[in-house]
Amino acid sequence: MELTRKILEGDVRAAARLMTMIENGASEARAALKSLYAHTGSGYIIGITGPPGSGKSTLTDHLTDELRKRRKTVGIVAVDPTSPFSGGAILADRIRMQRHSLDADVFIRSMATRGHLGGLARATNDVVDVMDAAGKEVILIETVGVGQDEVEVVGTAHTCVVVSVPGLGDEVQAIKAGVLEIGDVFVVNKADREGANRTATELEMMLHMAPDTGGWLPKVYKTVATKGEGIAKLVDAIFAHKAFLDERDLRKKKGRERSERAFMALLQETLRARTVERFKRNGSMKEMIERVADRELDPYTAVEEILDKIGL
Amino acid sequence: MTTQVQQKIRVLIAKPGLDGHDRGAKVIARAFRDAGMEVIYTGLRQTPEMIASAAIQEDVDAIGLSCLSGAHMYLFPKVIELLRERGADDIVVFGGGTIPDEDIPKLKAAGIAQVFTPGATTGEAIEFVKSNIRSK
Amino acid sequence: MIDMHEKREIERIEKEKEQWEAETLKPALKSAPERAERFTSVSMAPVERLYTPADLPNWDFLKDLGFPGEYPYTRGLHPTMYRAKLWTMRMFAGYGTAVETNRRFKYLLEQGQMGLSTAFDLPTLMGYDSDHPFSAGEVGKCGVAIDSLADMEILFDGIPLGEVTTSMTITSPAAVLWAMYVAVCEKQGVPYHRIGGTIQNDILKEYIAQKEYIYPIEPSVRLVTDTVVFGAHHLPRWNTISISGYHIREAGATALQELAFTLADGMVYVEEAIKAGLDVDAFAPRLSFFFDCHNDLFEEVAKFRAARRLWARIMRERFGAKDPRSWLLRTHAQTAGVALTAQQPYNNIARVAIQALAGVLGGTQSLHTNAMDEAMALPTEEAATIALRTQQIIAHESGVTNTVDPLAGSYYVEALTNQMEEGAWEYFRRIEELGGMIRAIEKGFPQREIADAAYAYQQAVEREEKIIVGVNRFKEEDAQQIPLLSIDRAAEQRQIERLRELRRSRDKDLVMRSLDALRQAAAGKDPWGRDLLMPKILDAVRAYATQGEIMDVFREVWGEYTEPIII
Repeated sequence: MELTRKILEGDVRAAARLMTMIENGASEARAALKSLYAHTGSGYIIGITGPPGSGKSTLTDHLTDELRKRRKTVGIVAVDPTSPFSGGAILADRIRMQRHSLDADVFIRSMATRGHLGGLARATNDVVDVMDAAGKEVILIETVGVGQDEVEVVGTAHTCVVVSVPGLGDEVQAIKAGVLEIGDVFVVNKADREGANRTATELEMMLHMAPDTGGWLPKVYKTVATKGEGIAKLVDAIFAHKAFLDERDLRKKKGRERSERAFMALLQETLRARTVERFKRNGSMKEMIERVADRELDPYTAVEEILDKIGL
Repeated sequence: MTTQVQQKIRVLIAKPGLDGHDRGAKVIARAFRDAGMEVIYTGLRQTPEMIASAAIQEDVDAIGLSCLSGAHMYLFPKVIELLRERGADDIVVFGGGTIPDEDIPKLKAAGIAQVFTPGATTGEAIEFVKSNIRSK
Repeated sequence: MIDMHEKREIERIEKEKEQWEAETLKPALKSAPERAERFTSVSMAPVERLYTPADLPNWDFLKDLGFPGEYPYTRGLHPTMYRAKLWTMRMFAGYGTAVETNRRFKYLLEQGQMGLSTAFDLPTLMGYDSDHPFSAGEVGKCGVAIDSLADMEILFDGIPLGEVTTSMTITSPAAVLWAMYVAVCEKQGVPYHRIGGTIQNDILKEYIAQKEYIYPIEPSVRLVTDTVVFGAHHLPRWNTISISGYHIREAGATALQELAFTLADGMVYVEEAIKAGLDVDAFAPRLSFFFDCHNDLFEEVAKFRAARRLWARIMRERFGAKDPRSWLLRTHAQTAGVALTAQQPYNNIARVAIQALAGVLGGTQSLHTNAMDEAMALPTEEAATIALRTQQIIAHESGVTNTVDPLAGSYYVEALTNQMEEGAWEYFRRIEELGGMIRAIEKGFPQREIADAAYAYQQAVEREEKIIVGVNRFKEEDAQQIPLLSIDRAAEQRQIERLRELRRSRDKDLVMRSLDALRQAAAGKDPWGRDLLMPKILDAVRAYATQGEIMDVFREVWGEYTEPIII
């Protein structure tokens, strides 16, 4: 397939085009993903998550810089929210990363959530796969910075970096409530600000109290992303986590979990799409929904009836 | 066999050159968002090379360039030239700023699809993008 | 003091007003409804149908207004205002290379202009030499290109700098360009105490609006403070900061935001200079301001009046300044570039006349009027002359200069002036809550307020709630064509060649040594009183170091600024 061949050869335009097709749910995208799938699985995926204003984009920019110094090729997927009112979005994370835009070994893609919850876009996983197939060795995913529910990235990333900043008051609280369990590495960014040490100490205390999750002890790192301070150590920590996973063969396990989730999601979506399509065509779906609405039929029986008809 | 098809118009809004007047670029970015588009905003002080590269990675349908410093005759055509070199000249490029009337035909000849001068409305720009992007 | 008599009087007026509304207004509204449900200023602030003394509760003539030339200066800085001396008509000029701009300067002086005002091109404003890759296509475009003292010598060739005052619209590299100007004065034999003029040098508004910042905020403010200290010690007639609302307004701010953010910036500079060890009265008289004059005549007049009253109160009450000259808000004004349209450009002459009138009725000390063609290009000589003539017509034909503060006592204008002052105090309070102006800027507070205002206004225009003649009403099919200035494309090449020649011919060792000394001074932690940067910059300039080289020294030591993302 022409598109796949080009992507595997490193054609940026072809990869970018496929990402758009994936986002738009175009049917050709699926065919391309099928033939790319065998070429995925070697990229190391790092999730960057944290509250708004914590400097995730700047951190991503400097992580990229450090990774490039270590001769890794980098893919970046930066996710921003879609406006629920207009369906539009302003994707501005690139501003912080533009110095890499001329580097052929860095591929940056901005994505809007398009209504998907969880901190990622529906298509993020597939876009990461395209970057992986296109040969990016490390793929950074910057999630939407909205608060506590943006934990979906844990299912996609091998290493999850949780970013916090001093001085926002209840940030540590927010982390405790939501993202403490998903972090493999913790960062207190803007560490030149007042209260950085306190924030770091509080985080460390909470991590000590957290239940053991299989031998990896997450640590807290201080960075000043705007000045590039603490970035090398952070990259070391990420790679230490990678080594930890590899030693115990956990990366494969994580990969398997990710594949399972992706498979289940795809199955769900495809089943639903095909079912709806079949019953829409003969009009029985609409009629059935009307009966449910009129309380002539309960929804449970309705679904069973449908599944019976297709033999499931 | 389709899943939910969600076609969205993607537009890159960029400020090439050294000019820092970003009121117009920001107003346009917001208006496009409010018209349901996905706007990639790359901020100030972008070289034509950075703009072309970002546009390709982001696979945008259109690029809006804003320049108020008078350097548009150098910067705008340069973006077009770079897109052509990289086979991405299907991306529609439009511009805005303090641009003399006499420069507009020259910019159009260089490949800039439309030029909006002070007083142009965001509605006009939205209409322009919607009716001029090429379907993929 | 509000006495019982006045209170009763206001109550009586309110009662009469109610009666008027019932008996006279109501039937009138029935037969001829108003053109809109609500009326707003160009800043989208609500405007009432009618203003009366009831809109000025607790208003005290002596305390809030007083007399011109006296605290709180609401009515003007001078007791006679324009009866004694007109404002300085100062037209901003600069394009191409120093040679062309020098010619324009001489022309303007011959036309009766009273002071010079220099516009620089973007590479100069951003601290890049003309041969830097970022400068490609920008050299000489929106102002004159100045790379070194050699260019500055040409720029002011044949102009006696002991007699004219010069304003330089430059901020990030202000210290460097100022040093070049001082060095030219040295060569002309003008003693320091006679050198007069202004550098814009207001770095905070760059982070808020104009975006021509280079370094992070704190070292940038240090550089500004360094110039304030140097000026206080050596150049008593120089205005070291022109605290500028103009760019804030042009970025889309309301009149109130322009006023509040500008004064908030001003307070930072005062605090910093005091921290640097200066007595407030040693530098405050050298602070000047720069405001926009927009289309909404009365709102603008109120803004200028409120600005003077606020600054006088801030300087006297908050900073304890004792010298009355420290209380004065001396201001330059410029008509609103943002209000000019590319459609039907001749209409801009009328807009500029109204805006200029606002500046004069507001009591400005100097004024630049934009030319009708500036929505499209730099002005032609003819267009710039019409703009200057507009000022002269206001000065000599309109009669508004015959009396001091002619709009005082208008219930509307006084109510607006009060609203402006109160609104500004409210903004100061919010800024303080955010930890002061520098923190507020880092958090993007003023930037967000301005972006919201700009978007709200644009939407109002598109809904046709705001009418712009020739744009969304009274449009014409055939475009009006006017002649425009085109900048010679060869200027860039000529400038680069001259710069290369300079780099070949100067004493390289001397340049290196002077830049090393500057680097050490910039890296120093405690600059005050010991390692002032200005003398080192002067040495580098005298050795013909280029402005890009000098600015690079600071880039190396201080790094560059990244702005919060506010859209």
